[in-house]
Amino acid sequence: MAAMAGRAAALRRSGARFRWRTRVAAGGVRGAAQNAAGRQDYDLLVIGGGSGGLACAKEGTRWGLGGTCVNVGCIPKKLMHQAALLGDRIRDAPHYGWEVPQQVPHDWRKMAEAVQNHVKSLNWGHRVQLQDRKVKYFNIKASFVNEHVVCGVTKGGKETLLSAEHIVIATGGRPRYPTNIEGALEHGITSDDIFWLKESPGKTLVVGASYVALECAGFLTGLSLDTTVMMRSIPLRGFDQQMSSLVTEHMASHGTQFLRGCTPSRVKKLPDGQLQVTWKDLASGREDMGTFDTVLWAIGRVPETRSLNLEKAGVNTNPNTHKILVDAQEATSVPHIYAIGDAAEGRPELTPTATMAGRLLAQRLCGQSSDLMDYDNVPTTVFTPLEYGCVGLSEEEAVARHGEEHVEVYHAFYKPLEFTVAERDSSQCYIKMVCLREPPQLVLGLHFLGPNAGEVTQGFALGIKCGASYTQVMRTVGIHPTCAEEVAKLRITKRSGLEPTVTGC
Amino acid sequence: AKCLCCIGNLSAHQSGLLQKLLQKESAYDYDLIVIGGGSGGLACAQEAAILGKKVMVLDFVVPSPQGTSWGLGGTCVNVGCVPKKLMHQAALLGQALSDSRKFGWEYNQQAKHNWETMTEAIQNHIGSLNWSYRVSLREKAVAYVNSYGEFVEHHKIKATNRKGQETCYTAAKFVIATGERPRYLGIQGDKEYCITSDDLFSLPYCPGKTLVVGASYVALECAGFLAGIGLDVTVMVRSVLLRGFDQEMAEKVGSYMEQHGIKFLRKFIPVMVQQLEKGLPGKLKVVAKSTEGPETMEGVYNTVLLAIGRDSCTRKIGLEKIGVKINEKTGKIPVNDVEQTNVPYVYAVGDVLEGKLELTPVAIQAGKLLARRLFGDHLEKCDYINVPTTVFTPLEYGCCGLSEEKAIEVYKKENLEVYHTFFWPLEWTVAGRDNNTCYAKIICNKFNNNRVIGFHILGPNAGEVTQGFAVAMKCGLTKQLLDDTIGIHPTCGEVQKREVF
Repeated sequence: MAAMAGRAAALRRSGARFRWRTRVAAGGVRGAAQNAAGRQDYDLLVIGGGSGGLACAKEGTRWGLGGTCVNVGCIPKKLMHQAALLGDRIRDAPHYGWEVPQQVPHDWRKMAEAVQNHVKSLNWGHRVQLQDRKVKYFNIKASFVNEHVVCGVTKGGKETLLSAEHIVIATGGRPRYPTNIEGALEHGITSDDIFWLKESPGKTLVVGASYVALECAGFLTGLSLDTTVMMRSIPLRGFDQQMSSLVTEHMASHGTQFLRGCTPSRVKKLPDGQLQVTWKDLASGREDMGTFDTVLWAIGRVPETRSLNLEKAGVNTNPNTHKILVDAQEATSVPHIYAIGDAAEGRPELTPTATMAGRLLAQRLCGQSSDLMDYDNVPTTVFTPLEYGCVGLSEEEAVARHGEEHVEVYHAFYKPLEFTVAERDSSQCYIKMVCLREPPQLVLGLHFLGPNAGEVTQGFALGIKCGASYTQVMRTVGIHPTCAEEVAKLRITKRSGLEPTVTGC
Repeated sequence: AKCLCCIGNLSAHQSGLLQKLLQKESAYDYDLIVIGGGSGGLACAQEAAILGKKVMVLDFVVPSPQGTSWGLGGTCVNVGCVPKKLMHQAALLGQALSDSRKFGWEYNQQAKHNWETMTEAIQNHIGSLNWSYRVSLREKAVAYVNSYGEFVEHHKIKATNRKGQETCYTAAKFVIATGERPRYLGIQGDKEYCITSDDLFSLPYCPGKTLVVGASYVALECAGFLAGIGLDVTVMVRSVLLRGFDQEMAEKVGSYMEQHGIKFLRKFIPVMVQQLEKGLPGKLKVVAKSTEGPETMEGVYNTVLLAIGRDSCTRKIGLEKIGVKINEKTGKIPVNDVEQTNVPYVYAVGDVLEGKLELTPVAIQAGKLLARRLFGDHLEKCDYINVPTTVFTPLEYGCCGLSEEKAIEVYKKENLEVYHTFFWPLEWTVAGRDNNTCYAKIICNKFNNNRVIGFHILGPNAGEVTQGFAVAMKCGLTKQLLDDTIGIHPTCGEVQKREVF
């Protein structure tokens, strides 16, 4: 995610009026002292583009250029989610007349190979693109020497010094391992590993309640694997809580097991290779045990900042989160050093925001524009079995900001047409639009739970960016038959207390 | 049969006059009679009832030449949008089955499709919708009569039921929402042997090798799903595809269909249909003539599906008796911006309207707002600008606003900027599907802040993507605002955020 932003920044930069200053032999670089090691001078140095061959997860997983999104995030996640959805479609098909066997098995290896091949093609594509745009790519691990000089170390241990006028830190984050659970590091894996497993993870315990946890648990269930989610407290912290409950409710009624209010205390490897997990029920204090083939930690991510030697450059971080403090220009405490993406404090941890921030930053640095990044109303989608797309404020946030009397919530349960013949349960297919109560009722937030939520939400995010009001949404004619049209048909308010179920065509 | 009520009405009429002087409303049986129980008619009737009015809906389906009929709800529910989308879904599932193997799902045989299983399931769902409409009307105390309505004099209609019995009803206001029916070619054998969309969705046997005549969205959507469930399909087109739609997009829609096994016979029209063999289906011989020369061709098919257009049901409902003007050529009813005909107490909504889009949601919106204006003191008119729509062909095409041709006509080429891009949906990568097919373009008006005046997308879930864009266009979307909005990753919808050239 952040890596892509860094790359985007570098790419944009290369199209600017500044030319790349090439390697200068011993003899002087802009008046600076010589350096026998062959110091380079660049207009812009980006740290992070995927750490390349040096990225190394516990299992020894390595991946190529492109960062988290391409390698161990959005891309493989969505592909495995798609594999799971296709499993659902195979179940729907007989209702629509297709003669398909009742139980169709899934081969993890075949899927993993296909996904991994696609990711590798993207890595290659990134390298070619950097080459085409004449961006010099170093596959080295960087850290600061001083505010203008960075030291890079190759896999083999060779050091290079690089200096630049502007430096952008886009090092992203990595999954957090629990520190106080015996056996967690040795026996558990994370999202860094799951997408690269050659063999099926088998019966899996997913620990966590983040979207990473739920998305992974979701597709594992969909691929017919016995999956349990263990949560300490609430699902999808930070998201609208009503929607989050509906997401987990759907998962629970479709085969995912949930252990709520529990935390693991120990992971032990058994002689047959399986993992024995001991956990505590926080409410009762009771201890319980279970056996799994795989334990997947999805309890949060930590920014990759600690090995950068930021203090040598004078770049400040938040002491609690270790994220880099930035202003609206993405500048750190040091004026010519910037940070974007997941490593920066207070930013949504999403690929498209990082990409756009990187692009705009590069444009500002070349003097092409002075536009700042707008982090408001960023749409996103959680790709759980029943997808959840949202943009703007949650209901809780809207009420907190404006007061309950000033907020009107329109909502509806609906049934996607395709679910009817397939006899699928649509109990959690739900939409709510949070608006200001005063006419014309500005839309503050939209929440959509249903198939293709990302596709539905994108256009409405545009509408919200244009300042859409409830009135304008209602005046837009629906496209029939779709799920998205149900948004334009919302009539029942929560305040009215009326049954919000859509009936009829 | 004589209209009994008309005789009895004489004395009632005289006492009715007195009533009329005292209470204007009770001069008529109803405040509102809606002729046609489809999308527009039902929306209008129910809204009027909610506003406290006494409402009647007449709905009657004249059986098709093949004898097909259906229940309450109109074209959309019975022989349009709903069954169409479900059959389209069946076809998409076929594609999903084949994709799923690449994603690791294991089954060996080529999946076969059973027509009867599909149509039975779809008809069951339609039946439940017919039922739910009847319940809904009952709950709102709307009188529903399954009879054919036609005007006999001002403020009065005659309703004829299946058995031929006639009853008369009067109302203060009327709404004509009689919709349309498929057009026939007017050639030998067309009504005897050909079917239309009226028949296809409840056909009790698999249509087999099919010739679809026409280039409308009905033709292409039907050809699309028939091929998707494994049938041998040919489309015979007189001239252009999807007339009225953006032609660059229309050609791409057609090209995708062709690449996926659907045969196209361009610039031919059928001149004769002959039955070679009886059966379910039988065998038909079609003779066709080129539109460009003397060339003729012949083909043998199990089924011939005519989808060459639809005709308004306005010629046999007694409009001439009360002087409601229709366009004699097209049969459509011209109305003003409040859906009023030239006869002040007669309104119209839906497909019968001249110059308006033939879409369910448009009819519903128009019907609802009309009722609110007539009976609820509202002023809001139906907004027909930037109505989005989607053609559910194998590769779906969603659009809102102007086609490129129309934009050039209205604004002139030099005032426009067109941004476009091909894209490869992530789900297609592993499935090994085309990487240079999905396409999107936006047309902007340079002199109005690069305002987006046309949006076109060809790709999966086009309808879901387009809906929100339509809202944005209603709110005055510009290229800048588009660029400023963050994409949701990875989706097809975010495509607009990518580098467009």
